[in-house]
Amino acid sequence: MKPSILALGLATVATAATAQDKPILTVLTYDSFTAEWGPGPAVEMAFEATCACDLQFVAAGDGAALLARIQMEGAASDADIVLGLDTNLTAAATATGLFAPHGQTWANTLPVPFEDPNFVPFDWGWFAFVHDKAKLPEPPKSFEDLAASDVKILIQDPRSSTPGLGLLMWVKAAYGDRAAEIWAALADNIVTVTPGWSEAYGLFLEGEADMVLSYTTSPAYHLIAEEDDTKAAAPFTEGHYMQVEVAGKLAATDQPELANAFLAFIGSEAFQSVIPTTNWMYPAVTPAVGLPAGFETLIQPETSLLLSPDEAATIRDAALSEWQAALAR
Amino acid sequence: MASRARPLRLPMGAALAAALLGAMTLGTVGAVAIHAGAAPIGPADWAALRFTLLQAFLSALISTALAIPVARALARRRFPGRGALITLMGAPFLLPVIVAILGLLAIFGRGGTLNQLLTTAGLPPISPYGLHGVLLAHVFLNLPLATRMILQGWQAIPAERFRLARSLALTPMAQFRHLEFPMLRATLPGAFLTIFTLCLASFATALILGGGPAATTVELAIYQALRFDFAPDRAATLALLQFALTTAALLAGWALIRDTGFGAGLGRPPELPAPKGWRRALDAAAITLAAAFLILPLAALVARGLPGLTNLPQGLIGATTRSLAIALASAALATAAALALALATARRAMGHRLFDAAATFPLAASSLVIGTGLFLMLRPFAAPSDLAIPVTIATNATLALPYSYRLLSPPARALLADYGRLTAALALTPAAKFRLVTLPQLARPLGFGAGITAALSMGDLGVITLFAGQTNATLPLYIHSLMGSYRMEQAAAASLLLLTLSFTLFALFDGIGRRHAPA
Repeated sequence: MKPSILALGLATVATAATAQDKPILTVLTYDSFTAEWGPGPAVEMAFEATCACDLQFVAAGDGAALLARIQMEGAASDADIVLGLDTNLTAAATATGLFAPHGQTWANTLPVPFEDPNFVPFDWGWFAFVHDKAKLPEPPKSFEDLAASDVKILIQDPRSSTPGLGLLMWVKAAYGDRAAEIWAALADNIVTVTPGWSEAYGLFLEGEADMVLSYTTSPAYHLIAEEDDTKAAAPFTEGHYMQVEVAGKLAATDQPELANAFLAFIGSEAFQSVIPTTNWMYPAVTPAVGLPAGFETLIQPETSLLLSPDEAATIRDAALSEWQAALAR
Repeated sequence: MASRARPLRLPMGAALAAALLGAMTLGTVGAVAIHAGAAPIGPADWAALRFTLLQAFLSALISTALAIPVARALARRRFPGRGALITLMGAPFLLPVIVAILGLLAIFGRGGTLNQLLTTAGLPPISPYGLHGVLLAHVFLNLPLATRMILQGWQAIPAERFRLARSLALTPMAQFRHLEFPMLRATLPGAFLTIFTLCLASFATALILGGGPAATTVELAIYQALRFDFAPDRAATLALLQFALTTAALLAGWALIRDTGFGAGLGRPPELPAPKGWRRALDAAAITLAAAFLILPLAALVARGLPGLTNLPQGLIGATTRSLAIALASAALATAAALALALATARRAMGHRLFDAAATFPLAASSLVIGTGLFLMLRPFAAPSDLAIPVTIATNATLALPYSYRLLSPPARALLADYGRLTAALALTPAAKFRLVTLPQLARPLGFGAGITAALSMGDLGVITLFAGQTNATLPLYIHSLMGSYRMEQAAAASLLLLTLSFTLFALFDGIGRRHAPA
């Protein structure tokens, strides 16, 4: 018996050692990124082909949950990279002091200049109200137009969802001091406020409202994946607020070289070309071959609105109170 | 009725269960609170608190009030499909919130069947958004539970009492006063308390159907504090506020709950008189309306789910297997603990008030606070994704235990009153007593409770979101991620699968319980 147990033990140690030969890079991200239909699997395969490492994703809810998770774990986190925060959260993320400068030099192709010492963009999108062309052939052309109409909309709660917070910033960026007035005028158009994006979008598809807050790229999903061209995003004359999704390196990472390599990989064709039809957002760097067929049918807002992370963080609480007061009739 | 004085001995099983429950509820709040001191509560929080209390009170009141005629009708009428309908009573309750809401909206929504009928009839459409919408959803979710709890009370009135009433030629009114009212007195406070406390912790239902920020509950404020602001001090303060409300509700319950004191019967099936005439029509109406209210939304869910069944993603199998394993483990754990607690409380054993509180607190616990607390406590010892499954089992067992406990509590008290002296006189060993008396007498609530726990654990999307890694998603989390990626048709199909599996588990346990019950 003894030799065999010893052999077994040695074999175990040997296996463990082989596994440890490959350094592990842990990327903390939101759950739909790692899903089998999301960008995760393709990104993992492509990066592992270049790095002689084991790329592991850890999924944690949505963008806001990522930040909460990092704050809970602090410097003891196993994660090396956090992927999936947006610019409404980066000021708070920077303030934790847990992130390190990315040191990347690759250029993004966002419609507005975007530079952040700690975070690189991996994709972006414009918020928009999505509707069914057959049911609503003449959608409103602006927030004021919408407020004057009897078109019913579904929105997300800015206290629990990132698109909801994006809408709050959109109205603020477009109307500034008039935001409260706009919200009060919109109150009777709002069917309900949902905790997250998926509830609102689900209710919209069930026919509970004429329009839903989503992205200009949402119709691309229906067109490309479902061959359904009935959905469209309504262009608003005020311009459209942007959501820029970013990734950053944790200062306490035990794999700084690999983390840097991954941040560089985010800017590469291999990563970026996966994004449009898996995450249904615009890639941060337009691939050389261009965007997938179908994306050319999407609306192209002329004005892109985006508050800087510091502005967004500064005005958030006041904008929230304004929103709550206007809608809590 | 009073049992003889017993030696003051702490029941070990119940004490252990209560300690674990205390750790999972108050302990996790403590772990969250340790991060910082107490945070002040602002005006928006008070508004949220008022709305929370109002909707929870009304939801519990309407659910229990409507459940009385339905339970009475089910208790005294026999018709084809009665057993199936009673089993179906578990279904709405065990659905993930968003799935239940989608089913409800398919009927009552702005684009739902009801409004289509109204429009065809030339009537103005109705909107289900507002306080009435919140109540609609909470009654949909809780009416069946209340009905089952009260029905169990009716079934526990010994057949001999109704025979006696008949030979005394009691009028229906007198029969109600002497037999049915005492039973309701023993059952209703528990049912009300359960639903009230459950609705205290409502978050997504209240928000989605409430129609706007006016429908903010304390639970949403907790969610915001933990997920968006990462202000654990605020979350802990709000969670404690929720427990304080539960304690107040418990104290009121203790003042109201009475034992029925019917004494033991021969265990024959109850023979409720089934009056003819208008009472019969009334019973038929109660059963038909309740059945339609439950079945139509469920049928809509089945119809939504069918088209996607041919196109389900691969990862579903793993997620389903994990969810089934979690459900079975939680059911075993919660049922054993609930039985220990219910027996100890019925015996008025040392610390029974504490046991009662420990078994009620999980209802008001926020799963996000539990998750965060466990995360902070366990993080130093292991990687969160390694703990995902055990933590989910422990949390689901904790969250579901109060249902089993509330179901077991009244029959356990009756059991002790009816058979306590007999078993003592026969000097049965504890093992023999457990096998010959306790298990068969409590088989019905045990089966129902285990069924609820298993089904609830199947559908729960709580702490797993905090702990899950790349490869250990459960079925509800999987559905959540399908919905988060536009895949609504696949999500509907996966929800149908979840509904079917949860319901099968529930029916299985419930059936075992009913088969082994004496009546």
